[in-house]
This record gives sequence, C-alpha cells and structure tokens, in this order.
Amino acid sequence: MRMPEPDADVLVRRLGLVAALRKIVPGEGVIADDVALRVYESDGLTAYRQTPLCVVLPDTVEQVSAVMRLCDAWGAKIVPRGAGTSLSGGALPLADGIVLGLGKFNKVLEIDYDNRAVRVQPGVTNLGISQAVEAAGFYYAPDPSSQIACSIGGNVAENAGGVHCLKYGVTTNNLLGLEMVLLSGEVIRLGGKHLDSGGYDLMGILTGSEGLLGVITEVTVRILKQPETARAVLIGFPSSEAAGACVAQVIGAGIIPGGMEMMDQAAIHAAEEFCQAGYPLEAEALLIVELDGPRAEVDYLIEKVSGIALACGANSLRASETEAERTAFWAGRKAAFPAIGRISPDYLCMDGTIPRNRLPEVLARIRILSDHYGLRVANVFHAGDGNLHPLILYDANAGELEAAEQFGADILRLCVEVGGVLTGEHGVGVEKRDLMGAAFTEEDLAQQQRLKCAFDPNGRLNPGKVFPVLHRCAELGRMHIHKGQLPFPEIPRF
Amino acid sequence: MPQTLKPQDAGQVAEVLAWAAAEEKTMALVGGGSKAALGRPVTTDYRLDLSALNGVSLYEPEELVLRAAAATPLGQIQAMLAQQRQQLAFEPPDFGDLYQSMEQQTIGGVLATNLAGPRRIKAGAARDHFLGVQGISGRGTAFKSGGRVVKNVTGYDLCKLMAGSFGTLAALTEVTVKVLPAPEKVRTVLLFGLDDAAAIVAMSQAAGSPYEVSGLAHLPSAIAAHSAVSYVGGAGAAVTAARLEGPAPSVAHRTAALRAQWGAVGAVEELHGQNSAVLWREIANVASLLPDPHAVIWKLSVTPSLGAAAAAAALAMGGQVYYDWAGGLLWLALRHQDRAQDDGGAALVRSALNEPDSGHATLIRGPDALRGRIDVFQPSAPPLAALIGRIKDSFDPRRILNPGRMYGDI
Ligand SMILES: Cc1cc2nc3c(=O)[nH]c(=O)nc-3n(C[C@H](O)[C@H](O)[C@H](O)COP(=O)(O)OP(=O)(O)OC[C@H]3O[C@@H](n4cnc5c(N)ncnc54)[C@H](O)[C@@H]3O)c2cc1C
Repeated sequence: MRMPEPDADVLVRRLGLVAALRKIVPGEGVIADDVALRVYESDGLTAYRQTPLCVVLPDTVEQVSAVMRLCDAWGAKIVPRGAGTSLSGGALPLADGIVLGLGKFNKVLEIDYDNRAVRVQPGVTNLGISQAVEAAGFYYAPDPSSQIACSIGGNVAENAGGVHCLKYGVTTNNLLGLEMVLLSGEVIRLGGKHLDSGGYDLMGILTGSEGLLGVITEVTVRILKQPETARAVLIGFPSSEAAGACVAQVIGAGIIPGGMEMMDQAAIHAAEEFCQAGYPLEAEALLIVELDGPRAEVDYLIEKVSGIALACGANSLRASETEAERTAFWAGRKAAFPAIGRISPDYLCMDGTIPRNRLPEVLARIRILSDHYGLRVANVFHAGDGNLHPLILYDANAGELEAAEQFGADILRLCVEVGGVLTGEHGVGVEKRDLMGAAFTEEDLAQQQRLKCAFDPNGRLNPGKVFPVLHRCAELGRMHIHKGQLPFPEIPRF
Repeated sequence: MPQTLKPQDAGQVAEVLAWAAAEEKTMALVGGGSKAALGRPVTTDYRLDLSALNGVSLYEPEELVLRAAAATPLGQIQAMLAQQRQQLAFEPPDFGDLYQSMEQQTIGGVLATNLAGPRRIKAGAARDHFLGVQGISGRGTAFKSGGRVVKNVTGYDLCKLMAGSFGTLAALTEVTVKVLPAPEKVRTVLLFGLDDAAAIVAMSQAAGSPYEVSGLAHLPSAIAAHSAVSYVGGAGAAVTAARLEGPAPSVAHRTAALRAQWGAVGAVEELHGQNSAVLWREIANVASLLPDPHAVIWKLSVTPSLGAAAAAAALAMGGQVYYDWAGGLLWLALRHQDRAQDDGGAALVRSALNEPDSGHATLIRGPDALRGRIDVFQPSAPPLAALIGRIKDSFDPRRILNPGRMYGDI
C-alpha cells in the first residue's frame, strides 16, 4: 500500500513542531518519544504500521482548535484517532503527520431522559453510553462487536453498525447532534436534541467521513428504552441457499427482527470449539434470529419465524427459553473473530455488502476463490442487511499476506459486481482505497474530493485514506467550459 | 415566465447543465412542481422540467428496495408498495391542500426537501431511507453515491447531503430508497383535556416507554375541533394521540399498556383502522388542522421538552399551534398582514430559539414577497454559513441551480 510521499520539509522541522504543540497541550499531552509512539503505530488493521511525527492528546476543544491551526500553518497532516479499533486503517498514522488522539475526551456531559438524548465527548466508548443509562432502562442501539473498546467519535467517523442495526439503524440514524472542529480551527455545532437540521445535512456527511473532514469533539445520540423481552432462535440449515431463502421469507412476511445473523460451517466450527455455544456442527449454515419487544409480540413472531424456517428445510431449530440461553446463542457469534484468531495465525476481516438474494452465489464463488488462493475462509454475515464478513485465514510468516489481500480484493469486487458495495461498516481507509475505482467513476470520486475541499482546502486531514489519487483543490475546482449553443436542439422547450 | 427546458433523460440534463454552467444561465429545477411554494421564490433564466425522468426501474419487495427515476410520481410508488403491503416508512406528508396545488409530488422532490411525517420519531426522516442517488451537479457532470443496500460506508454519504438541499446542489436523476413492511395492525390511543405542557410530559413518558410508539401528537382543543374524526373533532377538549403499529398481538398488548399509563393522567379513548389513518394524515398534512388560508405557517423543530415554551410567544400574539414528534415539532399558524415591514413572525418565532442548539424554524407557507424578504430557513452562525457556501460551490460553482431557494446567496 503506497502512502502519499511525506513532505520532507515537515519531517526536518519535527522538533520545532513538537515544541510548538507543547505550548498548546502541556505536559504529557504531546508524545514524541519513539518507544511511547509505538502504541500508536497502527490501528485494528495491524498489517500496516507507521510512526507519526508525534501524538497529541488534547483535552479541551480550544486545544483541538489551536492544534489544527498550528498544523495547517506548519503543513503537517492530522490523523484523528479514537480508540484505534478501525479495521480499515483509518487511524493509520502518516510519517509527516501528527496523530490527534481523542482519548482524553471521555466524559458523559449530559443525560436527558425527558428528551431521550445523551451528550458525550467523542472518546466515550460505545458501551459506555449504554452503561450510563442502563439503570434507567435505556440503551444506545448501534452495537458494534468492538463496543467495549471503540469510541463514539470513531463510530461517527466510520458510521459503525452492529447486529441490531437491521431494526434500529446504524450510527447515522441514531445521531442528534455533533460538534466538530475544522482545519481552520473554527468550531461548528450541528443539530442538538431536536430532529433534522434546517439546512444541508452536514451531520449526515460527517458520519462515515473517516476523519477526512473535521475532528468531532462532541456527540449527542438518541437513546431507546430497552425492549421488554428478547428471544433468539438458533436454526441450522443443510445449505446456505436454504438459509438465504429463510431470511428472504422472514422479511417478505413483514417481519424485521432485532437481529438476523448467519454463519457458515467454518465459522460455526471455529465458534463452537472456542466457546461451546451449542451450535449444530452438521449444519452448512446457521441462522440466529432475535426478536425483541413485548412478550406477546416476541412469542408470536418466534412461532412465525420457526414455521418459515422449517418450511425452508431447517434441520435443527431451538428457541431460547431463558435469558441465559439467549446469551449463549449469541456468545459464539460475538466471539467469531477471536475464535478464528485461534485457529489461524492471522486473519483478514472483509466487509462487503450484497443484495441478500445473491448470497448463495457469492458464497459459492468465495469457495472457488478460496481454492484458487489456497487460503481458508470463514463467513459471518449480518444476513438481514446483506453485510458479509468473510474472514480470510492466512499466515504472515509464511508470506501469505499478499495472497490474502488479493483474495480479499477479489471478494469485494465480487460484492460490487452483484450490486453491492465495498464496505458496509468498516470504512474504506487505506485497506479498500485502491478498490474505489471498482465502485466509482473518476468523476464520482472527484466530486467527493471537491466536497472535502470545502472542509479542508489544504488536504491536511487524513490524506491517503479513502481516495486512491489525491488532487489539489484548485485542480478539482477547475471547470472545463464549452461555450456555445444550448445543446440538444431537440429538447422540448415551452 | 422563464423558458422551460424539458430534457428527456439524465444525459440531456447533463448537457443542459454543462451549457448553463458555461453560459452562467440559472435554472429552476422542477419535478412535479407540488412544492414550488416551499423555500424562497427563485427567479431564473430557465425552468428545467425534470418530469420526463419517470419510472420505477427496480422494486424487489423481499430486498426492501425500490429504485426510480427522480421525477416518478410519489403516488405511483405508493400504489406499487401498497400492493405488496409495504410503504415508505418515513410517511411523506402531502401539502397539496396546504399550498392549494394540484401538482403531483415526485419521489425526488420528497427526498430533496427531506420531509417526513409523524413516524419520523420511530422510523427516521426521508434521509434515513435514501440509499442511493445519481445526479447532475451544477458543473454539468453526472455523479453517484450510495447504492441499493442499507449497510454502506463506501465514500461520503452524499444521499444525506442531497436530502434537504432543495435542488441547490444537483439535479437528482435517479434515486434508490429503502422500503419497509406496512404494519399488520394500527391503533391510536387518545388522551383528553391536557394543556400543552402536561401533554408534552405525557408524550415524553410514552416516548420513553418500551411500547415503540410510532406517532405522538398533541392538538389543543381549538385545533382538535377541526379534525374530521368524531372522537377528536367532537371532544370539546385538547387531544393527545399516540400511535401503535405492528403485529396484532403486540399492538393489543402495547395499546392496553399505554392506556393504563395514560389513563392515570386523564380520560382515554382508542381509534381503530380508518379513524386512526385519517387522524395521522391530518396531523402530517397540516392544512385541515390549521385551515385559515391566509395564515403563514411555520414549522419548528425543537428539543421536545421545550416545545410548549417555544410556542408561548406566538400563542400570546394570537397564533395557533399543534405538536407532533412528541412535542419536538410545532406547526404554527400566524395571521399575516401583507405589508412590506411585516416579517411573518420570523423574529417572534426565532426568539424562542436563541439558546444554542435549541432548534430551527422554517417558514413553510407564506406569500412570495414575504418568502423573498426573510430567512425562510434558519440562518446559520457565520462559520457554518461560510461552510455551507463552500459546499454549494463544490457542487455548483457558478451557482446556477435554484439560486436563492434556501438562502439569499445559495
Ligand atoms: C474485534 C473488532 C470488531 C469490530 N466489530 C465491528 C462491528 O461490529 N461493526 C462496526 O461497524 N465496526 C466494527 N469494528 C470496527 C471499529 O471498531 C469501528 O470502525 C469503530 O467505529 C472505530 O472506532 P474507534 O474509536 O476505534 O476509531 P479509530 O479506529 O480510532 O478511528 C477510526 C476512524 O475514525 C477517525 N476518527 C476517530 N475519532 C475521530 C474523531 N473524534 N473525529 C474525527 N475522526 C475520528 C479516524 O481518523 C479513523 O479514520 C470492529 C473492530 C474490531 C477490532
């Protein structure tokens, strides 16, 4: 993966920059020691590493603002970082850039039950929000598997999802307000505890912007009352076709489950070995369908889903009768990544989305690719919304990384080919950057970059991520003018 | 009247806009024209009639997805969905009566104005169901964003930016939306006789309950009297309403539970089927509940618990108000003297929103002259206003698309 050529001028002035940053963020808030910097060398995509110029850990918005202005003036790049769990290399440092860590922004600022809103600093963990309101029976709905570690600021920057997003939406659907700092140091507040902005939906653009537009310094989310009950059904199928048909028919019957997850045989076996969740080992595909709501609704829908599943040829079916049993059903799915980690020295977690009904075909082609590359693969799948996570097993010490990456790229191109997208929730980052051309035309990408220029005219914020080719804003803004007659004389005029 | 151009396909839209950008000719974008009176009036060199971009190209009920050319009539889409017992869950309102307009709404227009009805509190706004877009920017070039799947973080989410941009950034040519199953059963619980402040407390309790309420509105008695639903119109009292939707056994359970919760506050009643549908349509579409055709109509989106306070000044001046979105949406009618110095109540309405982050007010209906004179949309603080200007320029550097529709210079 090639990163933009570092600015030599910035590199030689490193010590000066560090000294200037220390004037803004005193004490231990600026890390420049080589050993201490190692912690920040990579994020959840550990295959890539880079030491930054330094790490800055501000704890006030004024400091963030001053750091942004300073870096802009010095020509240093800025890589925002939350908890560093990104799986796409979004928080990968740049040699000529600082890492701006938001870890000290870790306070819950306001809990407002009357308006079902919580205002927090961006470094608060996803789970931290739910825990803060748990006693009153509320929770924050998007629940990425990394929720104990990942920060809400990182969730906004990646538009994180989770297993309950089918019914309750991803991050963007659960946000009420944001505060961000622009490269100019200007602080902009968007939304609040009310719904919808009056003008352009900048909150919608910031969400999923991967740290390329602004630094998020405050987040207001909506919280929901916990459902009265939740039950899950664990259903084994003899084929992924049968499981896929079941998913389609559940939704076709007008049921939107709280969660609907699928695992293939490789994932079932790894998970079962890891945590003895009681999964049917003979199944080719396993579905976990969770229904939540009032008891009456849940029981009624469990019946309906079970009926559909049996009609689709399920060869095993268990509905949870107790909370402990429900948790056990989920334990295997939630541990899928570490479980794979145990059976393979290394693995890559891919993240494409496909139209649900193409699943059997996509799985079959992944099997062919698996044979072609000689690498094993296990699939977990947010089946309800078509978000596929193939886990490619490889051994970096055996020199398999490159093949694994090519395999991954082939899978993502396949997702696009069947009408899906390169990434459902992990972001483009550096990992999928060079595949963007498979999904977008040059003009599509140019228009996205023009939008970036409106926020970051000098290209200082997280460059080298998301966009395969960097262009200067002046160049992007240029228009190719064809003066002359109104084209298409045959266009009807009235 | 400016000359009308009617491109036949997206390619021709691109040709026209590339030419217009080169010649600096301004364009008013028109889908069906049903919301021509929403936003600030625009004066342009040409009118760009997009109505030829018509037709549903993909509808897969089991995939919960529909794709259509941007000017496909909303009614046509809703009829297709209804056949499969599906719907646009954000409940787009119909302002035909409010604007006394016979024009058809189009799907592109609904998305470009990001309008949502009472179900907004549970299901989200138009922007939350907008999965994919193709459009032509003010540079005259085609671009796309998003796709046909719900989970997608590939690049910036331009659908969100297009939603609510009122055609000031691009001409939408094709859109893809998420569709959802229509509920099996619907019930509405009514609570009678509360004043505005007490009603907002009751709505907050319902919104904070596990009963998954999909509509929460409060009609003060003078407003309720306009309802065609006899339980509401004939109540002789203020009416607070909560809608419950879902599978039959669930709705029965939740209705009973909410009746018990609200029954402790005041007298309760229950609406079924048709009556329930009529009431929520009245609440979404505004015109029948605020029937004075000469009044100006404001829409305020506020922190729900501050709803009653936000209405107070306007009420003191003889305004009429009702609440949707659990108190977070105010529909406000003010009498208007059509005089040059009259601001349509803008200062009065916005004085309630002076606290930081407290909300925004949009003039939804008023005479052209008034809409040309005042800020129809909430004005932004200077750094945000400048950013909005730069975003506009990133799509439409010559500012040829719907100039002035949202803000004076945008
Ligand atoms: C085991 C594991 C499981 C995971 N499961 C899921 C899952 O189920 N669903 C899912 O969606 N993701 C999942 N992820 C991915 C990851 O946790 C999410 O993308 C998460 O949102 C990242 O948050 P973070 O705080 O770690 O951000 P970081 O990794 O620190 O940063 C991510 C990106 O956001 C930017 N950023 C961070 N904070 C800010 C800020 N305050 N302002 C501006 N930009 C900022 C960074 O520059 C970077 O581009 C998983 C990761 C792991 C390791």
